[in-house]
Amino acid sequence: MIPYYARFNKVLTIMSLSTDDVKKVARLARLAMSETEVEAAHSQLSGIFDLIAEMQAVDTTGIEPMSHAQNVTQRLREDMVTEGNQRELFQSVAPQVEAGLYLVPQVIE
Amino acid sequence: MTWEIVIGLEVHAQLSTHTKIFSGASTAYGAEPNTQADAVSIALPGVLPVLNKGAVERAIRFGLATGAHLAPRSVFARKNYFYPDLPKGYQISQFDLPVVGNGQLTIQVEPLSGNAKPYEKVVRITRAHLEEDAGKSLHGDFHGMTGVDLNRAGTPLLEIVSEPDMCSAAEAVAYAKTLHTLVRWIGICDGNMQEGSFRCDVNVSVRRPGEPLGTRREIKNLNSFKFMQQAIDYEVQWQIDTIENGGKVQQATILFDPDSGETRMMRSKEDAHDYRYFPDPDLLPLEISAEWIEEIRANMPVLPIKRRIAFMSENEDAYKAYCIKLRQDITIAYNQVMYGLSEYDATTLVSSKELADYFEACVTVVGQENAKLCANWVMGEVSAQLNRDGLDITQSPISAQQLGSILMRIADGTISNSGAKEVFRIMWAEEGGEADAIIEARGLKQVSDSGAIEALVDEIIAANADKVAEYRSGKDKLFGFFVGLAMKASKGKANPAQLNEILKQKLAG
Repeated sequence: MIPYYARFNKVLTIMSLSTDDVKKVARLARLAMSETEVEAAHSQLSGIFDLIAEMQAVDTTGIEPMSHAQNVTQRLREDMVTEGNQRELFQSVAPQVEAGLYLVPQVIE
Repeated sequence: MTWEIVIGLEVHAQLSTHTKIFSGASTAYGAEPNTQADAVSIALPGVLPVLNKGAVERAIRFGLATGAHLAPRSVFARKNYFYPDLPKGYQISQFDLPVVGNGQLTIQVEPLSGNAKPYEKVVRITRAHLEEDAGKSLHGDFHGMTGVDLNRAGTPLLEIVSEPDMCSAAEAVAYAKTLHTLVRWIGICDGNMQEGSFRCDVNVSVRRPGEPLGTRREIKNLNSFKFMQQAIDYEVQWQIDTIENGGKVQQATILFDPDSGETRMMRSKEDAHDYRYFPDPDLLPLEISAEWIEEIRANMPVLPIKRRIAFMSENEDAYKAYCIKLRQDITIAYNQVMYGLSEYDATTLVSSKELADYFEACVTVVGQENAKLCANWVMGEVSAQLNRDGLDITQSPISAQQLGSILMRIADGTISNSGAKEVFRIMWAEEGGEADAIIEARGLKQVSDSGAIEALVDEIIAANADKVAEYRSGKDKLFGFFVGLAMKASKGKANPAQLNEILKQKLAG
């Protein structure tokens, strides 16, 4: 299984991004975009991809892949309760609450 | 024309940590809505996840229990989708570098139909990864709105993915049950299916023998083994009918409705699987050192399969042979004793660690040569009473040692089996007591004095001359009648084996 982002990078080196790709990504991200906005996003994203293509052209033979700018690993937390009930505080900024629940427009699967 | 069934499982085991996977909020079940939803759980801007050591440790325990590859370095990824019970807009999960890699699980399959014999099978586990649970949406009466409870958001899950190695509902259920026992055995999940601590998704497809894999449909969120079996049976038949009627199976996510016994479509897969995974920049790679793994390994209990093999084996050679057959390493833990029980007994006794421990504690009292007697009582009287009272083995009013003290008296001939049941009943009702004291107080000691039994039998023969004559002329069935009379005369205390023998002799004349 090739990870999504790896697949994405591979695609980029072979072909450029189409406006349909932009529309698809916008739909997945729930972004409403006008045709002009799609055009603008297309050109901006293409610029980013060009930059990635440039980086991918660099010969990295023998260099270990780096997943973070600092050479550190994940710090772990002891399994102990540190957070109390702050429902009232958090819900004071919620648009609508009832019976302790956050209310949102109805979703039906 | 025959069909082949192909089944793979994804199981979400909720890890039994005190706190959430990325924050210090409690995971206790049943709290008031949103009282355990801290700033991280509700995704307030600016919060950062900090990984729970206890969750990682439990994943490692699982990897060790399934002989899996443990990744020295694994990565958390964001799985993006929109739903109100997922406040961040993504679920933190693992994708191409999961913490637990290839492993395996040996299962015992009880075929559901016919006279087919139980058999063993090794199911490959593809991977197991850590992830966070989402919250809960409540579609109740909220003036056309949906209520969201985020207490569950951020609860640690281990998603365990199998290879499509199962080819019947019976195999799928056996795998799920074995996994369910295992996660409780190694103390990483409470296994409470009603509370959603152990949820199964089942991928089902059918194909003609020799053909490539068919299109699969995924049955979501099965929370009982019975439903799992029903759902698979229905789904398999549905797919076969669809194809045989010229239709095509479309990839889809479906739900099982226990009331109708049918599966129905939840969503088709077109867009649903474009989760745009990418490594979570908020979390550094997780590194697991060899030292940490060894530390955890040293504290692992003997696994159910190894206990089961020891229960079944008569000696160490048999043990090793079983281990090889079931693809287990042949090391014998320091405290493992061989009992030579039947396969059925062994399987039943390792259905939970507590039950296996209870059995062995009882044997320790009564002696290894009486292991079968102990097994019979643990699986018989004890289990039946626990069922009747709705208790589990840890709540048994009679401890393993107390049971052992009763069984000792069967073993040494002091009481009969029925006398022992009486002692057991009294001890259970009074939640304690001393076996010997109860035997004494109730006069349950059996009569093993052959002189006394002979005298008793002589009296019965004298008083029933007509029946004796009938018996002697060939009416063998009357033997039971005499046994009954003699037992009654001894107030149930005569040693049954002895009584039978003496009666047979005397009646023969």
